[in-house]
Amino acid sequence: MIYLVLALALWMTAWALNVRLAGGALLRGQSSTIVVPLIFGATILAIWELTVRGLEVPQVILPPPSQIATTFLQEGHILWADFVQTFVKGALSGYLIGCGAAFLASVLVDRYEFLRRGLLPVGSFMAALPIVGTAPILVMWFGFDWQSKSAVVVVMVFFPMLVNTVAGLRETTAMQRDLMRTYGASYGQAFWKLRLPAAMPFIFNGLKISTTLALIGAIVAEFFGSPTLGMGFRISTSVGQLALDMVWAEIVVAALAGSAFYGAITQIERTVTFWHPSQRK
Amino acid sequence: MRSIFPVLTVIAVIVAVWYVACVPMNIKETLTGLERGGAEISGGTAAERRDANAWGLVARNTFALPETWRQDRPRLPAPHQVVGELWDTTIGKKITSKRSLVFHGWITLSATLLGFAIGAGLGIILAISIVYSRVMDMSVMPWAVVSQTIPIIALAPMIIVVLYSVGVQGVVPKAVISAYLSFFPVVVGMVKGLRSPDHMQLDLLRTYNASKSHGFWKLRLPASMPYLFASMKIAVAASLVGAIVGELPTGAVRGLGARMLTGSYYGQTIQIWSALFAAAILAACLVGLIALIERTMLKRMGMA
Repeated sequence: MIYLVLALALWMTAWALNVRLAGGALLRGQSSTIVVPLIFGATILAIWELTVRGLEVPQVILPPPSQIATTFLQEGHILWADFVQTFVKGALSGYLIGCGAAFLASVLVDRYEFLRRGLLPVGSFMAALPIVGTAPILVMWFGFDWQSKSAVVVVMVFFPMLVNTVAGLRETTAMQRDLMRTYGASYGQAFWKLRLPAAMPFIFNGLKISTTLALIGAIVAEFFGSPTLGMGFRISTSVGQLALDMVWAEIVVAALAGSAFYGAITQIERTVTFWHPSQRK
Repeated sequence: MRSIFPVLTVIAVIVAVWYVACVPMNIKETLTGLERGGAEISGGTAAERRDANAWGLVARNTFALPETWRQDRPRLPAPHQVVGELWDTTIGKKITSKRSLVFHGWITLSATLLGFAIGAGLGIILAISIVYSRVMDMSVMPWAVVSQTIPIIALAPMIIVVLYSVGVQGVVPKAVISAYLSFFPVVVGMVKGLRSPDHMQLDLLRTYNASKSHGFWKLRLPASMPYLFASMKIAVAASLVGAIVGELPTGAVRGLGARMLTGSYYGQTIQIWSALFAAAILAACLVGLIALIERTMLKRMGMA
């Protein structure tokens, strides 16, 4: 009971603190935009911990964060092996192949009006479909190891990337293209100096959407069969053994990997498209 | 309309490539089957053929070509087999039958719709509270954005098992996953939409001495509609994926996801493909339905 009261008190204190902070009473400038969400997140974790202890929720339903953290630290080597298997071997390789192939395809699609008219509607239709459903088929074709996960990721990231890149390559105005023509620029020159740079914000949009899709694809594909390691494998078997602390630790890994991946792409975007209005300070 | 011819050409090319791909994918199993049936096969014994080049085998056994499109359990079923299976399991079977795709599709669809309704509803409510409360905005919004970069689907098996162990089963656990997946796109899109009116418009309302609720009902809510619909299209597709994935971990016996899983256990490839196409058709219908509502509604509101 004391835990629950404590949780309630903590919630009210933290909320009051955040109200004050958000009002701009305590901190000046930008720092409150970082502090407020951090306080909120920490409060959620603390309340989770206190409620689980207070209500004596059994381990097999919801383990407290402290125990998840312990598992995360203790089972580091297993988590690392899973991470390498799923993220580096499965998701990352598929991401590179899929986005690369989609980029080349979209240059081709952009070059021929006929292909653009034909492939683009099909591509945007495919982008909305539940493509994870191809996982059982691809696992059957490419075996249980990371190659099949990589294949699922390729199929998943291809269409969103294609649609975005094609949209980006059409981003230049008629004026800009005419200017290139008056300079006597060849297709290649106009492509490299005008249309590709102009397409970059769209390309990065596609790349960012694909980061999440890549992880989802790699994890879900492991539900259909995998060697005895990998994040999806660990999640489904640990759920079976009711070792929920392990499941949560894997989810922490997935969350960290997902946000780090996204953050890395955003960072590259910032360097490449520094000229774009959305990147200006 | 001008695009119809190119689109049809592309689809025709895809179907043609698919048919051609069936030949090397299925040739080895086909030959083995034919040999068992007593046919004369050139290209060595079954063991030798296993490592042989698929196209080479096709060239030496051209008579087997049509058989590659007629296998019972092909590695890659031909398009007409998939269409045939789809037809058999939708029109050909009673919809109450366990083998009917309509039956399985409905199981998945009901979870999808329930989850989508919950997720979108909660998302809109949270978006409104984020727009009107600075504290909510500063504390919740960053987490909503970060959560979009996380493969939330990893939670699915756990949600199913945990809800099962507290006694909730059936459509609800799947709907929870669907709701969870459709929640965040709606929040982010709706917040953007509610904030889309510019200063001029907000100032105009202030000169009319409009109250906060007037500002909400007459300006912010209508202005947010295009954003809401755009994010709802993403959300409904995501919630279908959620419902399908939600059927996997418990080895569920019903639903499109379960059809895929049992198909992959027993090597029933045609069944997997037809479930996949059924899911695709379902997704297309759901997105199309929302696009239709969007178009009529925006037209009524004079926005499109």
